[in-house]
Amino acid sequence: MSEVNNAYLLKELQDQFAAFITQVDEPYGLLTIELDKEQILPVLSFLVKHPELQMQFLTDVCGMHFPDNKGKELATVYHVHSFTKNIRLRIKCYMSLDAPQIDSVTSLFGSANWQERETFDFFGIEFIGHPNLKRILNVDEMEYFPMRKEYPLEDQTRTDKDDTYFGR
Amino acid sequence: MENTVTNFDHTSEYTTLNLGPTHPATHGIFQNILTMDGEIIVEAEQTCGYIHRAFEKIAEHRPFYQITPLTDRLNYCSSPINNMGWHMTVEKLLGVQTPKRVDYMRIIIMELARIADHLICNSVIAVDCGALTGFTYVFQWREKIYDIYEEICGARLTTNVGRIGGLERDFSPACIAKIREFIQEYPKVLREFTSLVERNRIFMDRTVGVGPISVERALHYGFTGPNLRAAGLDYDVRVMNPYSSYQDFDFTIPVGVNGDTYDRFRVRQEEMWESLKLIKNALENLPEGKFFAEVPEFYLPPKEEVYKNMEALIWHFKIVMGETDVPVGEVYHSVEGGNGELGFYLVSDGGRAAYRLHFRRPCFIYYQAFPEMIKGSTLSDAIVTMSSMNVIAGELDA
Amino acid sequence: MSNIQVSPPPPGIEGSGFFATTFEKAVGLARANSIWPLPFATSCCGIEFMATMAANYDLARFGSERISFSPRQADLLMVTGTIAKKMGPVLRQVYLQMAEPRWVIAVGACASSGGIFDTYSVLQGIDKVIPVDVYVPGCPPRPEQLIDGILKIQELVKNEPLKRRESPEYKALLASYGIE
Repeated sequence: MSEVNNAYLLKELQDQFAAFITQVDEPYGLLTIELDKEQILPVLSFLVKHPELQMQFLTDVCGMHFPDNKGKELATVYHVHSFTKNIRLRIKCYMSLDAPQIDSVTSLFGSANWQERETFDFFGIEFIGHPNLKRILNVDEMEYFPMRKEYPLEDQTRTDKDDTYFGR
Repeated sequence: MENTVTNFDHTSEYTTLNLGPTHPATHGIFQNILTMDGEIIVEAEQTCGYIHRAFEKIAEHRPFYQITPLTDRLNYCSSPINNMGWHMTVEKLLGVQTPKRVDYMRIIIMELARIADHLICNSVIAVDCGALTGFTYVFQWREKIYDIYEEICGARLTTNVGRIGGLERDFSPACIAKIREFIQEYPKVLREFTSLVERNRIFMDRTVGVGPISVERALHYGFTGPNLRAAGLDYDVRVMNPYSSYQDFDFTIPVGVNGDTYDRFRVRQEEMWESLKLIKNALENLPEGKFFAEVPEFYLPPKEEVYKNMEALIWHFKIVMGETDVPVGEVYHSVEGGNGELGFYLVSDGGRAAYRLHFRRPCFIYYQAFPEMIKGSTLSDAIVTMSSMNVIAGELDA
Repeated sequence: MSNIQVSPPPPGIEGSGFFATTFEKAVGLARANSIWPLPFATSCCGIEFMATMAANYDLARFGSERISFSPRQADLLMVTGTIAKKMGPVLRQVYLQMAEPRWVIAVGACASSGGIFDTYSVLQGIDKVIPVDVYVPGCPPRPEQLIDGILKIQELVKNEPLKRRESPEYKALLASYGIE
């Protein structure tokens, strides 16, 4: 048995999915791969079922928005964790603003349910196969995706705020 | 599982009950739409977002040091842990090594916060079972922890304690005296609270076997913290990925068996003992030295230096205006928060604010399992289950 | 003897065996010292409200022994914590369910003005949806501040004319919030 570390994890992934991994990085010791978004389910189920790694804990799912990154404006970021080997992996899947769709991983992890809903709520990323994809934190009537960079932070309906006091 | 009904009579008519968002029995703003068969819950659906405050959007507009007050308001029962977690995330990004004294001081503060968090959760479980006495009794001791916080940083609840690179000031002698007094007196109180509640027949009847979850389902739902440990898995960030010199200390992780409300209560109760032990050890072995790391570009210089010293003035200006250089990169750091793995995923583009900051909020993730846990139990059991899960509205909705 | 102070009676005419004052004053005195608060606790300030209720600060000393969790039986709506836009209609409904006379206290920066959360999702002060009597600043306010807020409310209650709730000014105030 070889030691389970980032190099081993990467080798295991490269053996199976080399064609779909576009970039590999290791910021602050956490292996990060960029993955073709079509492959998210196969990769995650491979990691879950892998006898050595057993990456069965989905720590986190979140979205990101890069307005200047043409064709790859939106991203979902997955953090998976193996409790048995104490190793983490970060997977990034980029997608374009025109087709913000990615497979839902709720079939593998129940915890992804709300996290994907939150990502949809904030970024408008649609998770295909999600059982109940609707807004979670914001009001249902909301028409935009507030965490996208073009939308402002502040409440636009405010009337009591004098801009001159804020140097604008 | 003796309290659970699994065979529903599908011919009977169901009632829809709207529990919340301002139901008196739920502590905080939670809405559950329950389908009831008499007193038995058939189905439940939670709604959340009633205090959604857009933390992550604010974080993209504020310099790093201004994000600390936001983390206060995530799990406001244990805000110092959140503060420290955030500082450690930024320190990881910057590559700052903190002196041992800082680490130990942080452990003391974080473990005090953990006691404060578990104290409120456990006493509220007792309140929901009808025992108000325990709550009023232990809340006095939460006040003692507030006193210590005040001595450390001047605030009670939303502490905003610490800085990137260390703490804003050293422990004063009065503060150390108060902590010593606390670790001396608190065991008595905790024992008394335990004897009031733990083997109480009514309390046990109301909690044993209520809202159980198996360890497999708990992992599936992304449980962390005391709730996962109550189900029987000893995952603790402090041990698995030690931060802030937790590896220097010897402590045990209490683990439950059934994952029911009683086990969650017991696990929290035992964790308070472990926290006390940690505080005691950290205080006894508190190393001498500085209470901040030597990072003038991020750690604010003392105010008197700013008035007298040109260099300090420049650093002060640069830090406050957010003009110091931050490395480009992404970092994930997690700490063991009051109710689980509290993670910070920070993406920096080198600017004065974070490009993206995502909080991994433990209760947002494990609250999903609530319908499964209360299915087939009575409404009153659902209330107890919810309070034993320690779902904090501020953290749930961010 | 302990240092308990008995609150002075309202001004009136006293003789042997009787004490006469205005009905308004007597009602005000009774109301002010038996306020039933409804804690509308949403976030951090709610924990400070719990601290105020608990043994150390003991809100019961000021006649607010009974915390009414039902809006129907409450006199004082204590909005403690952030009110998001999603929550606004709920808050308004709770206010409407309360019987007159009712008072509202906005506890903390968030309830008063939105506080540090000047964002798209947070209501910038509850006075956008319901009328407020007393604002308590702080993030969160200390229990002493909260008690001070309650005492301010007591002053208002004590001196409120009996006919205020029928007055055209009050009706106009409610109408400005769209409440009939």
